[in-house]
Amino acid sequence: MAGNPFPLDKAHLLQAYRTMRTIREFEERLHVDFGRGDIPGFVHLYAGEEAAGTGIMMHLGDGDRIASTHRGHGHCIAKGVDVVSMMKEIYGKKGGACEGKGGSMHIADLSKGMMGANGILGAGAPLACGAALAAKYRKKREVAISFVGDGASNQGTFLESLNLAAVWNLPVIFVVENNGYAESTSRDYGVAVDSYVDRAAGFGLPGVTVDGTDFFAVYEAAGEIIKRAREGGGPSLLECKMVRFYGHFEGDAQTYRGAGEIDDIRANRDCIKKFSAAVTAAGVVAATELKAIDHEVLGMIENAVIQAKAAPLPTVADLTTDVYVKY
Amino acid sequence: MARKISMKQAINEALDQEMARDPSVICMGEDIVGGAGGDGERDAWGGVLGVTKGLYAKHGDRLLDTPLSESAYIGAAIGAAACGMRPVAELMFIDFMGVCFDQIYNQAAKFKYMFGGKAQTPVVIRAMVGAGFRAAAQHSQMLTPLFTHIPGLKVVCPSTPYDTKGLLIQSIRDNDPVIFCEHKSLYALEGDVPEQSYTIPFGEANVVREGKSVTIVTYAMMVHRSLEAAAALAKEGVDCEVIDLRTLSPLDIDTVLDSVGKTGRLVCVDEANPRCSIAADVAAQVAQEAFGALKGPIAMVTAPHAPVPFSPVLEDAYIPSSAQIAAAVKRTLAGARH
Repeated sequence: MAGNPFPLDKAHLLQAYRTMRTIREFEERLHVDFGRGDIPGFVHLYAGEEAAGTGIMMHLGDGDRIASTHRGHGHCIAKGVDVVSMMKEIYGKKGGACEGKGGSMHIADLSKGMMGANGILGAGAPLACGAALAAKYRKKREVAISFVGDGASNQGTFLESLNLAAVWNLPVIFVVENNGYAESTSRDYGVAVDSYVDRAAGFGLPGVTVDGTDFFAVYEAAGEIIKRAREGGGPSLLECKMVRFYGHFEGDAQTYRGAGEIDDIRANRDCIKKFSAAVTAAGVVAATELKAIDHEVLGMIENAVIQAKAAPLPTVADLTTDVYVKY
Repeated sequence: MARKISMKQAINEALDQEMARDPSVICMGEDIVGGAGGDGERDAWGGVLGVTKGLYAKHGDRLLDTPLSESAYIGAAIGAAACGMRPVAELMFIDFMGVCFDQIYNQAAKFKYMFGGKAQTPVVIRAMVGAGFRAAAQHSQMLTPLFTHIPGLKVVCPSTPYDTKGLLIQSIRDNDPVIFCEHKSLYALEGDVPEQSYTIPFGEANVVREGKSVTIVTYAMMVHRSLEAAAALAKEGVDCEVIDLRTLSPLDIDTVLDSVGKTGRLVCVDEANPRCSIAADVAAQVAQEAFGALKGPIAMVTAPHAPVPFSPVLEDAYIPSSAQIAAAVKRTLAGARH
């Protein structure tokens, strides 16, 4: 048995793989089901970006809060939100994570520290500051993570939050998931600085850029800055350079992409392929073990879809419930 | 023991008592302590008009001065509320809500519903409303209708120091997001306020003057203008009932309907602009629910459909006067239903 060169033991490597594979299969299944017309509304898929959410969330417990984006399925799964309740929600069913009232763009589970996917770009950053502030008062060494895309990194809410977090020395980490596109617009068109590390420095925050398709790079960088935040060392920014396998939303023809771009990123920048190659080449995990997880995950997703389709629809009586706690 | 204190002192006392009672209550806002990071006095301001002065000495770091970043700190208050705190954020002037409105109407207002009932956001956003300070178009608005329109928000706008203390304590203990509107022209108004803590339930209008001839429905500073009008009209034998709504969401329409059932006449008075105002809302609800009881046309007295002007002569003309209210009462009394 070869030595383990990775920062995680075998059980945790398998857990990371299982999480990434679950996100991938969840999104691939939605791609198919949405295309068939089974799913109402909009869905924004996280396929291709799994290593970022997974590598960060492996450092978090339920008491740590995250504020997600419109592309939130991967964050939910990595944060431990139940996959069946997510699928029911996306199908608009009762018993979904939000009883069918939120849908794909608003899945939340406060008991897991998941403060919600968010349909308003950049809106999660102030909320994460609030979660971090609450953690600071509670003195339980909890942290909060704010996810934004490269597009929403230009929102005033995000930029104001960088300053507020620095001024209040909050235990919050701003993760920029830079997949190169704000909807259809290139990151290089919409962001004037080349480096998010420079942008963080402009607000007095340490920043680090990693290859977001490299699980281990994300895991190690996130571990360091999350540890610092827990110990009272304050906020940081983490940029994950990553790739989006699908369009901005399902149904996006993606004509803004270069020729061969999708084939190239799927062949060469697939975070799960890279992870699998690394752990099997090192002899720490056998390919058959990964295959067994693949099989198991596929069954779990199929089961989630079956349960979602079978779940009851909300009734008109649900229309005006839960507007207020008490009114 | 009740003693006379100002509305400003009533706010301070409510915050003080709730912070002493519940460690999850924190306050944040621009200059709510004042002097942060400087070489001079800490608690230099206690808020731009001194409302929170003295609280820092008692509660220390549970009062947070914020950078001038309304989106960030109002959002942070909302995020902290979703994580178990009871923040009271001061927006200073309600006119600034445009800077951070997304956090209020798309985030705080919607968490409960959008997350299937599994979240709550017990945040209070305090803000000054109303005209009379020669503060012009961006510091004088009565924007209560904008918040009242949004499901998920509660909107409070008191007229007396007594109501202010009881409703603010209720707002802090309430588990929904509350927009607590303080009329800046009433800050110095004094009234009897008990020293001990007490709450006033939401959705209970106050009949501040009983009468048989006509119902005047209003809130905040216009309560006082309406009472002036009622006093003047009483000398002419017109007996007005004046209802102070106190909370605009929830709205106690039942008390209004009962009163109109008795008087058959309705005048809605609102310092807000007329279109889609609280006055228009009450008028529409009464027209729908109590048309048969009306003996004459409903009258509305509001600010004009214009921004708040600066020049004192214009601002005085802008704010509905007791004379305009009295004239409206006479109009509705003169108008008969055929």
